Amino acid sequence: MREKETTLYFGPQHPGITGNMMVKLKVAGDTIVKAETHVGYLHRAFEKLMEQRTWMQSFPIVCRICVPEPDPNEENLARAVEEIEGREVPERAKYIRVMVLELSRLAAYFLWMGGQAGTAGLYTVPQWSVGDRDYILDLFEELTGGRIYHMYIWAGGVRRDLPGGFPDKVLRTMDYIESRLPEYDKLMFENAIFQKRAKGIGVIDKDKAMEWGVVGPPLRGCGIQHDVRKDEPYEVYDKLDFVVPTYEGGDIWARAMVRRKEMEQSISIIRQVIEKMPGGEYYNKVPNPLNWYVPPGETYVKTESARGEFGYYVVSDGSLKPRRIHVRGPAYVHGVSLLENILVGANISDVAMIMNSLGVCPPEIER
Amino acid sequence: MAINLKGIISPYNALKQAGKKPHTVQYPFEKKEAAERYRGFHYNDLEECIGCGTCATICQNEAIDMIFIEGIETTNGDSGLRPRVDNGRCCWCALCVDSCPTGSLSLTKEYLHVSEDPDSFLLIPGLDNPEGKEKISWISNGNSLLDYQRVPMPELEGKERVKSFAEVVLGYSEEQARAEAARCVGCGICTDNCPVHMHIPEYINAIARGDDEMAVKIIYDNNPLGETCGKVCTRRCEEICAVSKRGEPIAIRWLKRYATEKAKNKDILKEIVNPVILPPNGHSVGIIGAGPGGLTVAYYLALRGFDVTIYEAKDHAGGMIMYGIPKYRLPLDSIEKQIEYMKSIGVKILFNTKVGKDISFNELKQKHEAIYIGIGFEVPYKLGIKGEDAEGSIQAINFLRAINSEKHVEIGNKVVVVGGGNVAIDAARVSRRLGAEVTILYRRRVEDMPADWEEIEGAEDEGVVIHPQAIPLEIITDENNKVKAIKYANAEMIPDPKGGRPRPKIIEGDEHIIEVTSVIAAIGQEADYSFLPDEVINAIEIKRGRIVVNEYQQTKLPWLFAGGDIANRRADAISAIADGYRAVQGIEKLLLNEDIKNGGRLN
Repeated sequence: MREKETTLYFGPQHPGITGNMMVKLKVAGDTIVKAETHVGYLHRAFEKLMEQRTWMQSFPIVCRICVPEPDPNEENLARAVEEIEGREVPERAKYIRVMVLELSRLAAYFLWMGGQAGTAGLYTVPQWSVGDRDYILDLFEELTGGRIYHMYIWAGGVRRDLPGGFPDKVLRTMDYIESRLPEYDKLMFENAIFQKRAKGIGVIDKDKAMEWGVVGPPLRGCGIQHDVRKDEPYEVYDKLDFVVPTYEGGDIWARAMVRRKEMEQSISIIRQVIEKMPGGEYYNKVPNPLNWYVPPGETYVKTESARGEFGYYVVSDGSLKPRRIHVRGPAYVHGVSLLENILVGANISDVAMIMNSLGVCPPEIER
Repeated sequence: MAINLKGIISPYNALKQAGKKPHTVQYPFEKKEAAERYRGFHYNDLEECIGCGTCATICQNEAIDMIFIEGIETTNGDSGLRPRVDNGRCCWCALCVDSCPTGSLSLTKEYLHVSEDPDSFLLIPGLDNPEGKEKISWISNGNSLLDYQRVPMPELEGKERVKSFAEVVLGYSEEQARAEAARCVGCGICTDNCPVHMHIPEYINAIARGDDEMAVKIIYDNNPLGETCGKVCTRRCEEICAVSKRGEPIAIRWLKRYATEKAKNKDILKEIVNPVILPPNGHSVGIIGAGPGGLTVAYYLALRGFDVTIYEAKDHAGGMIMYGIPKYRLPLDSIEKQIEYMKSIGVKILFNTKVGKDISFNELKQKHEAIYIGIGFEVPYKLGIKGEDAEGSIQAINFLRAINSEKHVEIGNKVVVVGGGNVAIDAARVSRRLGAEVTILYRRRVEDMPADWEEIEGAEDEGVVIHPQAIPLEIITDENNKVKAIKYANAEMIPDPKGGRPRPKIIEGDEHIIEVTSVIAAIGQEADYSFLPDEVINAIEIKRGRIVVNEYQQTKLPWLFAGGDIANRRADAISAIADGYRAVQGIEKLLLNEDIKNGGRLN
């Protein structure tokens, strides 16, 4: 006999996600039969807003598309404008940008770690990881003047040079974070509870992964080595030594371990950046922002964010304002089609776990 | 799956953290000190701020509005407005700070504000938080988004210049003009100081976006001699340019020059400006003197359907811009193009017609319903020293007029120019071009010279020697009453006890003699009112050589208007144009009995 189906509204506020998004679940007992995502709670029409603003005024907007990790957005818009304009970026600015991007990746992973452990009921991890993330936010505050929204990377380079003694502070923070990683291993990754909740749960079919357009840690957790930083290096990633960790299995565990290993790589990248960073200019000034006409053209740029390949399609018609900025965040795939697919057959208690392991960020879907 | 033992035991490691101090939260609670470049609440230096409103323009949240606050006066160069920030909308991106032309706006380390009152989130930076000055953390010093460096104007080399009367300034290329125009923040502070209140931000914006023809149209909106002003304007707009507070002002004059030069001849100019010419309205206006003021009156009245006739004593129109300004600053073909264009829209000019000689003033009065006098200052002041009447002692104004009329003037090879105004510099630079060694004697210091600094620099580049604090005493002549030398005394500057500018005082015994072939006097001019009948002279009021007029340039006789040098003390083309523009409105009011408001579009 067929079990009676119930409709369960999961969200829009729930621990599985940074932001607000609702999943409408059809459940039979504890098992999910059908999942339907409902977005729109964070819709602020970022893309449309930018069409009404000058190029410079768009920079403070893009960072808001992802709260945990705003910098890939700034990086994308900056690089897109530079490509259309043919604007040179000073070498030092490129290194600073990579440092900022990797710091933001670390901060994003710490936040993810807290959420992932929290959804499994391990409530000490969020206390720690949010605290450790704060040390990175302190660095951002000192470098950019803002803790969450940095508005630091923009066309032509970065907004301000490193403050005095900043590299040493970064290195000290990196040493501290590195020393903390084994503690997290013991607390979370080696934790039997976490392993039991993560292994074999939320499996993405390796054969389907590419077809669905899965990117970032979820894809690398399927054993597929794909990383924009390696495949199409931007800024100075081609001059840096790092590996792209992959894990087999496609489950929550594999995705978690990919991120865990990437944190070590990020620390290593930041150390290399600080060692290799040249002196000189940090900003190739754009014209007065009130009269900044970007020549006609279009481009697609992508950046490897903590959630995967993050793309921007930017069109200029030669006027003061962007004709079109299309934001293609990884959450668009992960949060809608992929989530709806892999939730089927899962247990209700795993919904938040699965959702968090995919790194869904609703404003990217709704932009 | 088998449960691994390590996975059960290892999490208990976390217990060892239990005795440690927490990382982030401290008890007792301490407010976190913000970083050195934290972006917190705004602070505005109210004294430095000029209320240009660039912060409000750049703000992408529209969180800033400009409001009047008590104690801040509106002056030329200060709108009297100050920014007010809605902290409920602000996103602390600091674009306002990074694009503040004066650098008065900054962000502070302050970041905490808790209130139930929504109005308390409206902050007038600087007024509401004077203590913010001590906590400034984000300021645009050295990181401004604006360009403070002007695009340099290509010029002839000093050595090349003195060989001919070729135009010194070569003009911006299209690329240079776009770049220079792009520096403008469009605040419009400049328009206050422009006598005509030209639509400066609008035409600069048109140039920045590549619409040069629109720029020309906007310029001709209230200035029919845009090209002249583009070359020789005294550009008081640039003095108060918001960008000049921290850098070089926008090259407003050179941009006007760039745009107006796009029209190569009068036909193209007419096609671009494409003015609306109203059908004749039957009223007739006479204008005495085809100087910049008279031409302005004629141009706009002709567009409005009036029948206008200019009476000009000389054989060319332009007045001082034709005869007073040397051709290396304002070439003849440029003036002719502008005059021809005016004629093409219906302005009539009678040349070689001196009022009082070829036609009487009363005759004029009978022919026209209103008369505008723009005769300028043509009679030079005398030096008032011995030997002034000798051969070789000449007046700068006559000298320049003769040179501009392509007449030969014998000045020899050693010239002394007396004076420190633009006329003196012009005379000196023209003399250099005629091959003479030139020394300028000026009674005060160089910084006191009324001439434009660019002119002074240009003269020095061309090898003119400027001798400040030198007062001429006597022109020494030879037996044929020909200038041989000039005797002068050095002077010291005595501060004025009343707070005025310091006065030069001769140092007794510090006298010197320079051998010269000519002395050119350039210490000012006055008007010649002898053509006016006594009853007119008596009816109007003349104060210190100038006719007293009202806001419409109207004299005490309602039908008589006056403008230019004879009515204002500025003694430049743009003021004469402004007078003309005002007179147009007055004459319209008088003859059409229409209540037209100031600043209305005339074409």
